[in-house]
Amino acid sequence: MDLLEHLSLGFGVAFTMQNLLYALIGCLLGTLIGVLPGVGPVATIAMLLPATYALPPVAALIMLAGIYYGAQYGGSTTAILVNLPGEASSVVTAIDGYQMARQGRAGPALAVAAIGSFFAGCFGTLVLAAFAIPLTEVAFAFGPAEYFSLMVLGLLGAVVMASGSLLKAIGMIVLGLLIGMVGTDVNSGVARYSFDIPELTDGIGFIVVAMGVFGYGEIIANLSHSDEKREIFVNKVTHLYPSKEDWKLMMPAVLRGTALGSALGILPGGGATLSAFASYTIEKKMRLKGGEAPFGKGNIRGVAGPESANNAGSQTSFIPLLTLGIPPNAVMALMVGAMTIHNIQPGPQVMTSNPDLFWGLIASMWIGNAMLVILNLPLIGIWIKLLTVPYRWLFPAIVLFCAIGVYTTNNNTFDVWMVGWFGVIGYIFIKLGMEPAPLLLGLVLGQMMEENLRRALLLSRGDWSVLVTRPLSATLLAMAAALLVIVLLPAVKKGRQEAFVED
Amino acid sequence: MHIKSQKDFFAGLLYIVIGIGFAIGASNYSVGDAARMGPGYFPLLLGVLLAIIGAVVAFRALVIETPDGDPVGPWAWKPLAYIILANFLFGILLGGMPSLGIPAMGLIVAIFALVIVAARAGTEFKWSEVIILSVVLAVGSWITFVWGLNLTLQVWPSFISG
Repeated sequence: MDLLEHLSLGFGVAFTMQNLLYALIGCLLGTLIGVLPGVGPVATIAMLLPATYALPPVAALIMLAGIYYGAQYGGSTTAILVNLPGEASSVVTAIDGYQMARQGRAGPALAVAAIGSFFAGCFGTLVLAAFAIPLTEVAFAFGPAEYFSLMVLGLLGAVVMASGSLLKAIGMIVLGLLIGMVGTDVNSGVARYSFDIPELTDGIGFIVVAMGVFGYGEIIANLSHSDEKREIFVNKVTHLYPSKEDWKLMMPAVLRGTALGSALGILPGGGATLSAFASYTIEKKMRLKGGEAPFGKGNIRGVAGPESANNAGSQTSFIPLLTLGIPPNAVMALMVGAMTIHNIQPGPQVMTSNPDLFWGLIASMWIGNAMLVILNLPLIGIWIKLLTVPYRWLFPAIVLFCAIGVYTTNNNTFDVWMVGWFGVIGYIFIKLGMEPAPLLLGLVLGQMMEENLRRALLLSRGDWSVLVTRPLSATLLAMAAALLVIVLLPAVKKGRQEAFVED
Repeated sequence: MHIKSQKDFFAGLLYIVIGIGFAIGASNYSVGDAARMGPGYFPLLLGVLLAIIGAVVAFRALVIETPDGDPVGPWAWKPLAYIILANFLFGILLGGMPSLGIPAMGLIVAIFALVIVAARAGTEFKWSEVIILSVVLAVGSWITFVWGLNLTLQVWPSFISG
């Protein structure tokens, strides 16, 4: 069986003292930044990315995977303890998790989130390893038309779960694609939208955009309503481990969430958020057992299911990235950026040309997950302390990390000016209710999309119908259309709005 | 005409303006045709698409009723100005501005300036706290970035380190 062979190769790469250390540092740093209120996983990864520049590629990716899991776990922690979900996928965790915390059961809620995530992560890793090879073969059957359609599907998939107006979110994708057009056109060598500024001929870096929009923009918005009182359940985290009844209730939910998340995560654009919402809906539909708290009132299944689903989903969402080179969400878009910095072009060729990197990364994801349970759970007291750090000390530090981060990316002050402007733009986005995550995805995919469309139309001699006459491409576009139709159905539309209403 | 959703209306306008801007920019490059896409083809397509999306968003904001008018709300000018100013000051002090004859002052000076200016964006500002925070962050950044990660950063002003 190839699977075991590959996994053992991966673990051989990942299980060196040095790489384990990087995974550990990544996990700790990720959680450290991730639990800070108002800092989501995207901002966390963008901020910590420069810390990995000096490392060899495998170590850098391992550390980033650790940062990713740490940041996600940090996000769940704030969702449960402060009712502040750091990202869309932990919105549902906050519903019952926060209620559990209010009832003095913050400990079990945090433990369930970690254990569920770990279980889901293990399973997701296996799915990832098993599906990677067959999907890579599919990838080689893909022509430019298929890639273009796949990106359309991925981009649309990423916005259907975004909050607010769907059309506005699609606008953000297009805007992101347009920003991606800035810089030298690979075909003609023409410098587009560079206004004769030499730095702009290299294009606008995604790190600059991510830090400006997610870092500065968020800080400015947070500071404008700083008087908000938050209830933090710091002293109430006394016992951590779930009781026997808790275990009985949560394990089936974990299993269901894992299965659901693994399946949905593979779909381009599906990923973590969709899985978490779907899992919560399913758990809610199941009958309550005797003595179980109702949903919305601190039901442990409401934490276990979505947390497992979102972790399984984020694990399997590496599949489209690693096999097809298409990032399914903003976090993965950052991972693409990180790989490009280390001269790795994500895609089907990584597995063949760089097997130790590929399988090492997969193994290190599992290690990252394991570290979270083994190390982070006992350290929960420290993370909670961080929640009590006043925001007025935190935000100057975040501004500083962003500024140093963008400067060190190219050792160029031009990036510092750019991040400042994108901070202003990010704040405008927030004020006008424009979701920034799709923009980042569009930015990363912009040139790839143009290139594939150009090739597809060159081969078809300018005939657009090539996108629908090739069966694979047509299927992908049909899936994209179906997604749109489903979201626009009145019943789903209503449910989607309700899911995002904060109370 | 009454705007029913302020946020959506202005978001739509923004899309229209940016879309048209990119489309006009694209027409300066060779556009070509579908079979031979020039550098202007795809941006022109996207620019027009964005403008259309913007028009629909803005139109819907005029006709679809919202409970509270979806106001944009007051702008937080103070945090906006201080955060962005802190960022620019950091860049100028760290790298210098040869065109204006400003020498590079290095990382430590830049960190102090950034923290002191950025901290003013908040509601509370205490000198003692801010100085301690600056020292902690300066030492921490030096340890992480210069000593730990070995990044090439100028630490002290150029007239001291030479």
